[in-house]
Formats: sequence, C-alpha cells, structure tokens
Amino acid sequence: MSLVDHTHALELAYRWTERMMLRTSPLLARLGFPRLQPLFVFGEEVLKGAVWDCQMCGQCILHSTGMTCPMTCPKNLRNGPCGGVRSNGKCEVKPEMDCVWTKAYLRSQTMKWYGDEMREVQPPVNRALQGTSSWLNMLQRIDKETPKGWKVGD
Amino acid sequence: MKSGSRLERVLRAGLFAVTAELNPPDSADPQAVYENALVLAEVTDAINATDAAGANCHMSSLGICALLKRAGYEVVFQVSCRDRNRIAIQGDLLGAAAMGVRNVLCLTGDDVSVGDQPGAKPVFDLDSIQLLRIARTMRDNGVFLSGRKLDVPPRLFLGAAANPFAPPFDWRPHRLAKKIAAGADFIQTQYCFDMPRLKAYMQQVCDMGLHEQTFILVGVGPLRSAKAAEFLRTRVPGVVIPDEIVDRLHQTPKNKQQEEGKQICIEIIQQVRQIQGVAGVHVMAFRQEELVREIIEGAKLFPRRANDLRSSTSRRS
Repeated sequence: MSLVDHTHALELAYRWTERMMLRTSPLLARLGFPRLQPLFVFGEEVLKGAVWDCQMCGQCILHSTGMTCPMTCPKNLRNGPCGGVRSNGKCEVKPEMDCVWTKAYLRSQTMKWYGDEMREVQPPVNRALQGTSSWLNMLQRIDKETPKGWKVGD
Repeated sequence: MKSGSRLERVLRAGLFAVTAELNPPDSADPQAVYENALVLAEVTDAINATDAAGANCHMSSLGICALLKRAGYEVVFQVSCRDRNRIAIQGDLLGAAAMGVRNVLCLTGDDVSVGDQPGAKPVFDLDSIQLLRIARTMRDNGVFLSGRKLDVPPRLFLGAAANPFAPPFDWRPHRLAKKIAAGADFIQTQYCFDMPRLKAYMQQVCDMGLHEQTFILVGVGPLRSAKAAEFLRTRVPGVVIPDEIVDRLHQTPKNKQQEEGKQICIEIIQQVRQIQGVAGVHVMAFRQEELVREIIEGAKLFPRRANDLRSSTSRRS
C-alpha cells in the first residue's frame, strides 16, 4: 500500500494545509503572490509530483476526486471515468495502468469529508493556468473562477 | 419540447424509440451516405452520424448530417471531444442547428491510440459532461461558454453515452446522474450483451429515479461471426460479451453465424423491452446496415408507429 492509499490521512493533510494557507494568506499577499510563484511552483512540483504525479494544471481538485489526480487520466477527464475502462479496472489507453477514476472512486469511499464531491459536475479546465501554483491560485480565488457562460447554468 | 425533433416527440409520446448508426464512408461521394441512409431511414426514428468512432478517420459527422438533412432525414449529430476544442465545438453546434440538426450526442471519444492514426494529437479540451452542460447553456440561456450572447439559440435534444458494463459498476448510475444534471435529455448505452449486468444497472437507475429524468436507449447490434465477437470484446474498449454468446456463435457453422448473430440481437432487444426504464434501442450494425431492417422487423418493432404521434398524448413536456 502506497502513501496515496491512505486517503483519509491525505484528506486530513489537505484540510490542515488549506487552513494554514488561508491563515497565512494576508502575509503572503503582502509579500506579493507573483513574487512567490517560483517558490510555490517548485514546492508543488516536488511534493505533489512525488505523491500524485501532479501535472501542474494550476486548479487542483484532488479532494473532489478521491485524492487522485484527474489530469493523469490520458483523456484529462475531470468528470470520469469514461466508458472504456477494462474489465480488470485498467485504463483503455494505457493497459498497464490502473484506471485513474476507478482508483478515485474506491478512495473517495474512505473519505469522510470530501468523498461526496465526486458527484459534482466539474467545470472545464482553464488551460491558461497550466504550470502555475494551485495554492496561490486558490488564495486568489483564480482556481474556482469559471467563464460567465458556465455560471449562468447553475 | 426542447428541440421539437422527431426523436424527442417519439420519446415524449412514450413510444419505444429506435435509432441506428450509419456507417460513415471513406469517400467524397455523397451517394455512399444516401445509400447507407436509405436502408436505415424507414425502420428508425433517427440516424446517428458518428464522429470518427474508434478514432478512425471517415467522412465527418457534420458533413454527413448536412447531406442527410438535405435529403430530409432525422439525424443525431455525434460530437466527440477528442479532435476539437471548445471553440470549434460550440461553432459546430450552431452550424449543425442552422442546418436543421435537432439531436446531438455528446461524447468524450475513444483515444487516438486505438485508431488508424495513433500519432495524432488528442485534444480532450472538454469532457462529455462539460460539453453537455455547455450545449445546454447555449440552448437554455442563449450564451456561449464565454457568456457572449447568441442572437438565436440552437434548439437541441441533448444526448450522452453510458456504459453499464465497465467498472466501477456501483459508480455508473451516479455518473449517469451527473450527465443528467449536466443536461442529458437522452442516453445511448454501449453494446449490451450482458443482460444480468444491464438489469442490475437499470434497477439501480430506477431506484434513484433517473429513468424519469432522461430517456435511456440501450445499445444493441448483430455480431457478424464468432471471430468478430472475439475481436469486439478483446480490442474495442468497453465492450463486454459473455462467453455463452461467443460459444453459441462458435457452435454454429461458419456460413450461418451471421444469421445466428442477428437472432441473438433480436432476442436481446426483446429482453431489453421488458426492463423497466428502457425507452428504446440504439442499433449499431457496423457494415451490416442491411440487417437493421430484419432485426427491427424480427423484434416486432416495425412498422414504426410514427402516425401514433399525432393521436398520442405527451408523457412529459
């Protein structure tokens, strides 16, 4: 069992980090978000890269997808799984890889707080955020910004 | 009525709907499209124009829709997210609606790696659920994703795919619920050969009340031979064919296998009709279009009761 399978622990870590970030947000803002970008990008690449194979989409929704990175799905599905999942639970595109969404579903069931967020419809990815820090985007509320035409559908 | 399409009217009238897939030509000659459509038109409520299914290149679905609308046929415009980004797709939806297309099937699409040009760049800018919701917003709110206003919104009956036969099975009905929340008016499923699995899925769907929020058409199709069945279940992602069916074809002499495949398909349709929550069938007879009529007749779904539409009262508006 690898680290990513301790889903509830990760969920806990996520919640703790989010609170810490929000608390230090005024300080970070005074330092200047643009100035902090390189540091945060490096940190996320190293940490989230090692644990989740983070693709640096800049709008992290890990906790809504069973603490499994949806951008590692070859089809980049934010609302998966697709209909091509093999009978053995492997990916249609990469037969040697477990389907990202099959894992996400299993893990979401052990999540006490965010498991149900799997049921929410996720908006299209803002490709302009690729390569930026999702934590800084979260603090500036850029990550949850959706186009006007998406919001009217709510 | 969201679109006023024939398919929508048939379904809302509570009639058992039949749609079929047209084999797209590898040709610039429109005649090939007309010939394929001719055998399907009389026995179906709508003809699906596929969008490079299996990531194999053919005449485009928009091109086929243009030809079929010109000839007066009812079409389902299939749109896959594999080859075009959000800008191209929204433009295509308007173009299709302007030509009279009223039904759209929103798909994520098979990956390029399974097709004839695996070196192509996969786009997947949107997924099927995001596409559904964007199309719904264009129709209901009259705006592009950007929020820019449309002068005349497209009137569309929106469809999506579902695969009850792929894991994780428990999650599949929840994913269907997401598609309905995003705007799916109707559903076409993957090929159904595994009846117990379909029944379990439909039971869960009905328990969740989803069958009252969308129209579910079950995908069916004739297997040409035992070899074709083996190919389909090992090479085409998401298709499950139980051993009993493959064995039944193996035990049939080679020259009679096509007939047996057709018979199996008819039996499946008859069983599917008995399942609560099923609103119709979607027939996928790849390169066997000539069999569709026999299948529909064999399943006692012909003559199509289009005339009933006038006398019947609307089930849901």
